[in-house]
Amino acid sequence: MVKWPNKWMELPIGGVINVPATSVDVKTGTWRSHRPVVNLDKCIKCLMCWVSCPDNSIIRLDDDYVDVDYYHCKGCGICANVCPTDAIDMVEEGGI
Amino acid sequence: MSITVRQIRTGLNGDEAVAYAVKHANVDVISAYPITPQTIIVERLSEFVYNGELDAEFIPVESEHSALSAALGASLAGARVFTATASQGLALMYEILYITSSLRAPVVMALGNRAFSAPINIHCSHDDAYAARDAGWIQFFAETVQEAYDLTLIAYRVSEDRDVLLPSIINLDGFILTHSVEPLNIFADSEEVSRFLPERKPVNPIDPDNPITYGPLALPDYYMEIKRQQAEAIYSSKPIINRVFEEYKEFSGRRYSPLKTLYIDDAETIFVLLGSTAGTIRHMVRKWRRENKRVGVVSLTLYRPFPEEELIEAIKDAKNIVVMDRSFSYGSPGGQLFMDVSSTLLKYGLSPRILNVIYGLGGRDFTPDLAEKALHLVVETDEKIVWLGVRG
Repeated sequence: MVKWPNKWMELPIGGVINVPATSVDVKTGTWRSHRPVVNLDKCIKCLMCWVSCPDNSIIRLDDDYVDVDYYHCKGCGICANVCPTDAIDMVEEGGI
Repeated sequence: MSITVRQIRTGLNGDEAVAYAVKHANVDVISAYPITPQTIIVERLSEFVYNGELDAEFIPVESEHSALSAALGASLAGARVFTATASQGLALMYEILYITSSLRAPVVMALGNRAFSAPINIHCSHDDAYAARDAGWIQFFAETVQEAYDLTLIAYRVSEDRDVLLPSIINLDGFILTHSVEPLNIFADSEEVSRFLPERKPVNPIDPDNPITYGPLALPDYYMEIKRQQAEAIYSSKPIINRVFEEYKEFSGRRYSPLKTLYIDDAETIFVLLGSTAGTIRHMVRKWRRENKRVGVVSLTLYRPFPEEELIEAIKDAKNIVVMDRSFSYGSPGGQLFMDVSSTLLKYGLSPRILNVIYGLGGRDFTPDLAEKALHLVVETDEKIVWLGVRG
């Protein structure tokens, strides 16, 4: 995890990020107004949601069922849209 | 270092002098738009590269926006880079000016100061230099062709210093310096100059084997910290600039300081200005002193960071200050240097009589007669802003 600086003097010069792949540390899940909730009873393991997610936020489990990475999921709803069995519901945040 | 360095006495115009300095700095990449308002600087550099005299990549791009973008990219990759422009070209670079300084890329650029359109005019004004004044670049002003050569070498040392890492502009008055031949001393070759200006050692260069991110997003959460850091960087560059001036004096025998003064000690009236017209004022100050008029002159070699302590030290005892602007900030309380000097005086609790002289726009001559008029106006009238040399 990135250690977020507390003072302006502690920031790297020019705002450069001098280690790679730090975007995974950034919590983008707070942007979400609706969260995808997977109903495994309806899931047929087609993995359309896993293929279509623009933010790699659908987690493919060992048995090819899926879970959601809520730390990064921005709630765009593409997964729910492409699901052929309507196994993913978009539930309003704060409502669950 | 001692003055054993080999120098050659020669005659060059300002453009060629800068081109030789860039060659002697042994740059890796030159990126420039090759057509008007470009000057002879990059024309000479393209010849040096073509002839094999300079081992550098010359990128002739399709616009000044691209010229600075390419220079910035090469600089972040670790190269020593150069670009040059003037007036409209600087205007087209504007977006990338801020990005270059914010990413802390030590790009060095020569700016042949010319007037902004309209009307179309290719002659000297300081519009372009002033347009860049808030962009976070270190800015030097040359008074002579010799200074244009020297300040270009000095700019590389300052910009690439690990405690600075900011881009620099060397201003030289369009045509008056860029196209006029003057005698000057240049060093024999880049090997000689490398004793003062060794190869660049980049901080955080772009490297495919060690990936890093330049120019990430920083929203309200971190943007302000990065800007605070940048403000500190340019203020903190001043002691380093002074140190490099000192080292350059030992290397070349030529002395530089943030500002040049003449007869300021007992002066009642002091002229403050930028660029080549300082020579005219200095000539007049010597004449006035022969007439027992207590007049002095301060010309700024360093414009950003603004040398406020040095300026206050120089002008604090004067009754009258004449601030000369070769540009105008339309709708503002006065010209740009006038605003700099006025706010500095107020910051230090001083309130002398100040006259703002607007002169020389679009290459209009500033003559000794006009200097006489300025002296008369500051002493005998309470005019605040006067346009000298204008019809009407």
